[in-house]
Amino acid sequence: MRYFIGIWIFLIIAVVSLLGFRGSKSKDQPLYVFPDMDWQAKYLPQGENKFFADGRNDRPMVPGTAGRGYGNQLASVFSADYTDPVSENPPLYSGKDDEGEWMRGFPVEVNDEFMLLGQQKYDIFCAVCHGASGDGNGVVKQYEGATLIASLLQERLMAMPEGEIFNTITHGKLNMGAYGMKLRPDERWAVVAYVRALQLASSASVDDVPEQFKSELGL
Amino acid sequence: MANIFPKWTNIAPLKVAACLLLFVGTVVLGITYYATPKWTEVGFQPIQPVAFSHALHVDQLGLDCRYCHTYVDRSEHSNVPAASTCMNCHSMVLSSDDRLAPVRESYESGEPVPWVRIHNTPDYVYFNHSVHVNRGVSCVECHGQINEMEEVYQAKSLSMAFCLECHRNPENFIRPPDEVYNLDWQPESAAAQIEQGEKFVHDWKVMPPQSCSGCHR
Ligand code: HEC
Ligand code: HEC
Ligand code: HEC
Ligand code: HEC
Ligand code: HEC
Ligand code: HEC
Repeated sequence: MRYFIGIWIFLIIAVVSLLGFRGSKSKDQPLYVFPDMDWQAKYLPQGENKFFADGRNDRPMVPGTAGRGYGNQLASVFSADYTDPVSENPPLYSGKDDEGEWMRGFPVEVNDEFMLLGQQKYDIFCAVCHGASGDGNGVVKQYEGATLIASLLQERLMAMPEGEIFNTITHGKLNMGAYGMKLRPDERWAVVAYVRALQLASSASVDDVPEQFKSELGL
Repeated sequence: MANIFPKWTNIAPLKVAACLLLFVGTVVLGITYYATPKWTEVGFQPIQPVAFSHALHVDQLGLDCRYCHTYVDRSEHSNVPAASTCMNCHSMVLSSDDRLAPVRESYESGEPVPWVRIHNTPDYVYFNHSVHVNRGVSCVECHGQINEMEEVYQAKSLSMAFCLECHRNPENFIRPPDEVYNLDWQPESAAAQIEQGEKFVHDWKVMPPQSCSGCHR
């Protein structure tokens, strides 16, 4: 009995010191005791794949081809009466009007909901650099190297056609990266609308505030 | 006649039984403690190719999760960002820093940065990010306080019991949709959480699946 208790205590101490406690940090891959069907030979997003030379599942678009919708629209993309959405409203995607000039105005209806969408996306994707009010003093500005960040409230940008601002978001410009992959076309137009609102607000006076909001602002 | 069995044999069976009980009990305890994702997976913190800090980028700079994990609210997969996302800023900030060399290489060559994957459910589990984050389930419920982590580690077990605990009582966890990406948000009180949670569950007709085919196909 005495021996047993001794061995028992020794084993517990040995196991606990070898295996540690729950939640302790570890650099090693987790242990899968019965990896039955845990890892299957199927293609998952952003997965690794030895078959392709670049080692990834996600295939880039083949050069010289045109995309026809996305995977999540499979049913409609392959139906007979599928029309390419770009052909229905070209300015929505290119930012250019019929004559090939940068579009002025918006190819979609601008309403309250649209502005709120623009505000949400602006706060996520633009405010870090251009600042919440568009003055170009976002958090990143204070770091070395980021002094190039432009104010969106300059005269030049106020006069710039909406389509050209849309194009700047889609493809980037000079030191600014492209946001076309991150925002859908309608979201990009919503951001343009919100930028216009910020520009308007920067040069507005007290008289421009609608009566019903004045008391709220203490005016 | 001498005794065939010495006196100690009287309690020997008892002792053997006690030892066996102790032994089996300890083994069972050990297995319940160790043979679960709470031990095997929680705390996994691999060495990443770039020492990217969520604490710096999220807490200090105030970046929203969706700036980088852009598709988390649109698809089942929450993407890890491409090098071009980092280069939006790092073409200007720390533009020649050694720590960011792999990112610049990837940006020029198009080869991915070899980030080590941390959270990974088995392939027979069909998890979907967008249904959760668009229904007021915050990242913090499943990933812990990412915004305070210098290096990401797995904070929750992501086991089947973990998923079901919430799927059975979603009202304990659902928060207002505009607070989903604010990992520091706290309900005013436990009672307030249940009250508003029940309201959301009712208004949005939230019905998380508890049947096997909901998560396994
Ligand atoms: C990583 C920081 C960063 C972010 C985020 C960013 N920008 Fe910029 N932006 C810049 C910099 C830097 C410039 C100046 C480019 C130059 O002149 O070299 C600029 C310039 C611009 C210009 C003026 C271009 C011109 O014609 O001179 C517009 C318009 C603009 N940004 C809009 C946006 C919008 C809209 C967003 C959000 C979708 C955004 N930016 C997000 C860094 C950023
Ligand atoms: C500046 C870009 C950026 C932002 C903003 C960001 N992340 Fe990340 N995140 C990354 C990168 C890069 C990785 C991969 C490297 C790593 O694991 O550290 C990552 C990894 C992760 C992982 C682990 C993925 C895995 O492999 O399992 C989680 C979870 C995560 N992020 C959650 C969040 C949450 C929640 C937020 C918002 C609070 C957030 N991230 C904001 C860039 C970002
Ligand atoms: C919104 C702009 C922005 C984005 C996007 C961004 N970073 Fe940063 N990053 C910064 C700033 C600002 C610093 C701080 C620079 C300093 O301290 O001088 C920084 C610092 C760093 C550092 C140094 C960390 C340290 O401890 O000082 C690393 C490494 C880094 N970033 C990696 C990344 C990676 C990888 C990505 C892409 C997933 C990324 N960053 C995306 C703005 C950004
Ligand atoms: C309901 C739980 C839950 C919530 C909420 C959640 N995640 Fe996840 N996350 C997971 C699980 C489970 C995985 C592993 C997925 C897999 O194995 O396919 C994961 C994986 C990831 C990954 C790695 C890539 C991938 O998709 O496999 C990233 C990055 C990530 N999550 C970011 C986020 C961000 C950012 C948020 C908040 C906006 C978030 N997650 C909210 C459970 C969750
Ligand atoms: C913190 C709460 C929470 C956790 C944890 C959680 N879920 Fe959910 N899940 C929900 C809610 C709420 C819904 C219902 C959404 C609705 O009805 O619109 C849901 C719905 C789902 C659905 C149904 C999706 C669909 O297409 O309708 C699946 C599948 C799912 N969850 C899988 C998982 C898995 C796998 C895990 C564990 C890794 C998990 N969930 C963890 C809250 C949670
Ligand atoms: C809410 C989502 C969800 C539902 C519903 C669900 N499961 Fe699971 N199940 C999971 C997850 C997540 C795992 C992976 C756990 C892990 O990481 O080990 C899992 C793992 C399993 C495993 C493998 C366990 C192992 O470690 O090998 C079995 C078997 C299983 N589930 C059976 C079922 C059955 C039977 C049902 C219906 C009664 C069911 N599941 C319903 C999410 C779910």
